[in-house]
Amino acid sequence: MRGRTPARGAACVIAAGLLASACGGSGGFGGAGVLTSSWGDPQNPLEPANTNEVQGGKVLDMIFRGLKKYDPRTGKAQNMLAQRIDTPDSRNFTVTLKTGWKFSNGEPVTARSFVDAWNYGASLRNNQKNAYFFGYIEGYDKVHPDSGPQTADTLSGLKVVDDHTFTVRLGQKFSSFPDTLGYAAYAPLPRAFFTDHAAWVSKPIGDGPYRIESYTKGSAMTLKKWDAYHGPDPAQNAGVTLLVYTDSNTAYTDVLAGNLDLVDDVPATQLKNVDTDLNGRYINTPAGILQTLAFPYYDPKWNTPGARKVRTGLSMAINRKQITETIFRGTRTPATDWTSPVLGAAGGYRAGLCGHACDYDPAQAKKLIQEGGGIPGGRLKITYNADTGSHKQWVDAVCNSINNALDNDQACVGNPIGTFADFRNQMTQHKMSGPFRAGWQMDYPLIQNFLQPLYYTGASSNDGKWSDEQFDRLVDRANAETGRGAAVRLFQQAEEVVRDNMAAVPLWYQNGSAGYSARLSHVALNPFSVPVYNEIKVG
Amino acid sequence: MARYVARRLLQMIPVFIGSTLLIFLMVNVMGDPIAGLCGERSCDPATAAQLRREFGLDKPLWQQYATYMGNLFTGDFGTAFNGQKVTELMGSAFPVTIRLTIVAILFEIVIGVTLGVLTGLRRGRPIDTGVLLGTLVVISVPTFVTGLLLQLLLGIKWQWISPSVRYGSFDELIVPGLVLASVSLAYVTRLTRTSIAENKRSDYVRTAVAKGLPRHRVIVRHLLRNSLIPVVTFIGADIGALMGGAIVTERIFNIHGVGFQLYQGILRQNTQTVVGFVTVLVLVFLVANLLVDLLYAVLDPRIRYA
Repeated sequence: MRGRTPARGAACVIAAGLLASACGGSGGFGGAGVLTSSWGDPQNPLEPANTNEVQGGKVLDMIFRGLKKYDPRTGKAQNMLAQRIDTPDSRNFTVTLKTGWKFSNGEPVTARSFVDAWNYGASLRNNQKNAYFFGYIEGYDKVHPDSGPQTADTLSGLKVVDDHTFTVRLGQKFSSFPDTLGYAAYAPLPRAFFTDHAAWVSKPIGDGPYRIESYTKGSAMTLKKWDAYHGPDPAQNAGVTLLVYTDSNTAYTDVLAGNLDLVDDVPATQLKNVDTDLNGRYINTPAGILQTLAFPYYDPKWNTPGARKVRTGLSMAINRKQITETIFRGTRTPATDWTSPVLGAAGGYRAGLCGHACDYDPAQAKKLIQEGGGIPGGRLKITYNADTGSHKQWVDAVCNSINNALDNDQACVGNPIGTFADFRNQMTQHKMSGPFRAGWQMDYPLIQNFLQPLYYTGASSNDGKWSDEQFDRLVDRANAETGRGAAVRLFQQAEEVVRDNMAAVPLWYQNGSAGYSARLSHVALNPFSVPVYNEIKVG
Repeated sequence: MARYVARRLLQMIPVFIGSTLLIFLMVNVMGDPIAGLCGERSCDPATAAQLRREFGLDKPLWQQYATYMGNLFTGDFGTAFNGQKVTELMGSAFPVTIRLTIVAILFEIVIGVTLGVLTGLRRGRPIDTGVLLGTLVVISVPTFVTGLLLQLLLGIKWQWISPSVRYGSFDELIVPGLVLASVSLAYVTRLTRTSIAENKRSDYVRTAVAKGLPRHRVIVRHLLRNSLIPVVTFIGADIGALMGGAIVTERIFNIHGVGFQLYQGILRQNTQTVVGFVTVLVLVFLVANLLVDLLYAVLDPRIRYA
């Protein structure tokens, strides 16, 4: 026991362990025709009307099919379970279901599966975080009052006609209502959901191309192709295993090492090497996400005619092109309107709608800000949450850009807040003293979804409390319109009101990114930046 | 000895209450956890109010704390926001972290003490200088650098190990355990070295050598036993530190242990998870410290009477 021997002994122990772990490495999860994919721990129990983040949504996307489905490429809503949805007046809808659909436990999907699910989702008693999706349906205020106990258990606007027909009556006209029905919150639910809720939540049952084989909360979910699936889009692989990763860097490393097949969030730090690392097996496609700077209109200083000029000036002071290229390496695109390219021109996206106000023009920016009376409060503080999403980098860059344009090192500073919860907290309590980060991920690919929830008076995500009569009127008119084209045109007019007031400064459209192993082909991301799992081929 | 143990046990009570109360206050000062639950939009007021009621967040803080402590004695740690019992989360997280800690401690004891004894006995020789330099490097390089580097080299370049941990079995945890142990390991080496070098010249060692005892007997029975007192303290106190401080290592190697749960709990401002895990960690710290003190008393009888 002297000299180099002990050290060598230790080295052997390590080596033995290394070999053992190398043997035990992957294997167990993949298997023939099954792909492994990175996953994050869902924040809420997996119920359709309670899932509002991407990770849980990913699963719902695999195990559920609703009345409509958004085309993974065009984002257009297409009938899935719905045979047709008729309306004479944009307010009363009759939904007719296709026959032959079943849940993976054998139960047929009927009109009742939808009506019960929607009533459950809307009911205040069930604490569903997406309950507001049912807010358009008549009777919502009784089932889900803003305060006090609920006075009804079911939505009065929903009626089962027969096994394959039900009617929906909305509280107001909403022409694009059928197109919202592809959202996961509107999924049908089997009886088992209501009769044995705990068992259902621990292993959800749906009517989609996959069924859940096992689910270990916080670590993994195994999904197998459901052979009896009735829809037109059956799984092209034998199954998907979702593995929870603590960090997207580790998931990416695992793809490089051949331990994982698919990572749907390539970390920003790896973007530099991703092309050579993955030999082209990298996708970077637009998603329905827009980043903006919102303003606190409840603060009188920001709600003046002068402040409007200042906001436009600030927009011009931001060098979007440079920031998206250097910080985001092309995974974001400078925004030129308040929607997203995934809508397509027919859906309401209009490139360049923002016009010169979104171009980088430091001289004009300085002039406008001075004309508007300078930055309210003398100094711009951009508030953001520092815990996720590497917001610090771009906020600092935006401030830098503004400072350069104004020739003043002190004009703009970032104002980090420790946690997202606290950030949201201060926002809802109206404590923002200056602009703040606002990210909007669309619920469904409709221009309505990019405008109404964010800028309509009193809307659910109008965190800055912006209010404009003309905008509200245009949105109401657009919703009442029966023709899609006419509705889109009116929404675009409403968007012009947002532009003329610079209600929020659009920054950039966000892309979804993914990297995959050589075993896979036909990998694509849908407009929600979720992989289209059922189309992926293995081997 | 019995009085000493009793006194130490009584001392634990105020420490336990104080530290859990502090954590409780800190988590609550951060604001309303419900605000972050609904993603980028705010929860509708009715649902938010109901959730707050359900998690007991609408009550005054002292009452929340009292309820929490009350429930604790029946083994009820509350429910996380995703509907899982915190005890369930602990059931999945603690075994992995305990395994990781065991691996790390073993590395500390085996490599650390061995290197310490070696260098202590050969003070000033090349091996001593070499190991000292090595420990200096290990101490000065942050854990995440060591971790990422090993992951890159062993996991991707040479493909000896899987870069991430799947099941949390012992063999998978060897490299992460080494990474986690690295800094403490260096300290253990240095502590042992100093202690050995000091005691090597003491009278009782000289006596033992003069009696003609075999060399390994002198080292193990006489020299090591007395030199290990500070090392035992350090390793004992390190158990708690390793368990609670594994966040970085666990993140790098995708280990779903205590660090991961704490990190997510803090990120999502999940009061029940954070307070629950910290409560258990406080207990681990206290028990580890108690054991160290008792062991101390065994190793050095003078301490019991102090």
